[in-house]
Amino acid sequence: MAAIELRGVVKRFGPITAVDGLDLEVPEGICLGLLGPNGAGKSTTMRLLTGQALPDAGELRALGHELPADSKAARAEMGVVPQLDNLDVDVTVEDNLAVFARLYRVPDVGAAVDRALDLARLQARRRDAVDELSGGMRRRLLLARGLVHEPKLVLLDEPTVGLDPQIRTQLWTLIDDLRTRGTTILMSTHYIEEAERLADEVAVMTAGRIISRGRPAQLIAEHAGRETAEVYAPPERLAEARAIAEADGLRVRPAGPAIAIVGSERAGNGAVPEDAVRRAASLEDVFVLLTGEEAE
Amino acid sequence: MNESRTRLRRLEPAAIGGVMSRELANFRTYWRGTTFSSVLEPIVYLLAFGLGLSATLVDEVGGVPYVQYVGTGMVATAVIFSSALPAMFGTFVKHRFQNTYEAILAAPVDVEELVSAEMLWIGARAAVYGCVPLLVTIGFGLDPAPGMLLTPLFAFTTALGFAGFGVAMAATVAKIDQFNYVTALFVTPLFLVSGAFFPIDELPQGVQIVAQLNPLHQLVELVRGGAFGFEAVDLLRYAGLLGFALVMWRVAIGRMSKRLID
Repeated sequence: MAAIELRGVVKRFGPITAVDGLDLEVPEGICLGLLGPNGAGKSTTMRLLTGQALPDAGELRALGHELPADSKAARAEMGVVPQLDNLDVDVTVEDNLAVFARLYRVPDVGAAVDRALDLARLQARRRDAVDELSGGMRRRLLLARGLVHEPKLVLLDEPTVGLDPQIRTQLWTLIDDLRTRGTTILMSTHYIEEAERLADEVAVMTAGRIISRGRPAQLIAEHAGRETAEVYAPPERLAEARAIAEADGLRVRPAGPAIAIVGSERAGNGAVPEDAVRRAASLEDVFVLLTGEEAE
Repeated sequence: MNESRTRLRRLEPAAIGGVMSRELANFRTYWRGTTFSSVLEPIVYLLAFGLGLSATLVDEVGGVPYVQYVGTGMVATAVIFSSALPAMFGTFVKHRFQNTYEAILAAPVDVEELVSAEMLWIGARAAVYGCVPLLVTIGFGLDPAPGMLLTPLFAFTTALGFAGFGVAMAATVAKIDQFNYVTALFVTPLFLVSGAFFPIDELPQGVQIVAQLNPLHQLVELVRGGAFGFEAVDLLRYAGLLGFALVMWRVAIGRMSKRLID
């Protein structure tokens, strides 16, 4: 049984179609990265799965429960880590966890709180108010709160958005531990590195649909080939290099101050400048080619 | 799976208790300030209105010393100010600024349970704070009476209705400063024509009719009934308060569902 099954799901907000015929299946025990630019429909998909948005069309199932009809039962077995910090800041760390242990009907609240504190490495700060914690500790607590009832399925909505690299790495370690234990994870992100680092499979989403899906290496091989050549030069020379590469049938994307010629291993003579920097093709190449958006 | 389907019904006590436990955890961080103002305010009002006016303009109303008349009436002001206003501002802040409801609704809690828990919590708080003016008035010479033991129940029921009203308003306004309209158009007039400070039978006929529809007026009459003797019509008054609470409960759930579920 798949942990999540979405078939032809549509969600509109007035004239805007946020989710447009979405088909998505997440098998049990994997971490699926939902990678897409802002506005791709990732957060709406998460809200559909928690019953906080109702679909206009399509079928949704989570852990065998039909949504939204049986959403409450599905949510009891699901953990959610939101994009925005919505902890109770004046309340202690342990009380924040205890409240959610009760909401999830955990029989032994004290044991669940202890387990969550261990997971978030916050035992020493359990009696401190949340507003006394550092940003990294708060994000760890937010993650632990979503896991306080040991859910079978975890929805991570942009878990590290806006965090500095050190805190991001701390969270990745925690998410890695979770994945190793066999918990099914659906993680929305617009960070390429996060998807590459954590996800068993990546689904690239744009305009409310999945446009490609597979293991990162598969996606790279399928869409970007083996090698990318980056050309650093003044704007007029970049334009000339782009024109030559495209004339040779290669795909070119902007890459900050440079251009990236994707699939450069297939280039004919002279199609890639001699001084180009050659590197292995990446998921970022795939993301930009598929979505037309700059990667973060 | 079937087990969890049958286990998770509507209006589950565990869900309502969980949401209320969150309120309690937060309340423990700010109860001192709230309690201080709840105790001090009736004392100040009784000194200013009760002793001040009774020494100069009004000695008694309907045979009741004015300080006791005001003291019993102030239960209603304590109830509306500790129910409608916290419900409006608290709900708005938790929804718009703190994203608290998004977190709670991701757990197995539905909007009906969330709103019910918020209303019950506010009702329970208001039932306690609503009794403070009565206790202060006893300190100012009001004789205790057995009927006063029903004051928490009257306060709780009325506060449920005003909590529902506040939640519904919070789900309706677009910006927090629009609560000024709600306060000016509803809260202040209800408070002024409740009969807390002066008898409404001195008011024009039209206002008297409106006052009879005012839940706060019914609360004032019930509290005074508890202190000075009930009448048969008080049963009808209490039934009216129950009806008010029930209607506001459903209205609040309807408004919040529209606001929270896309």
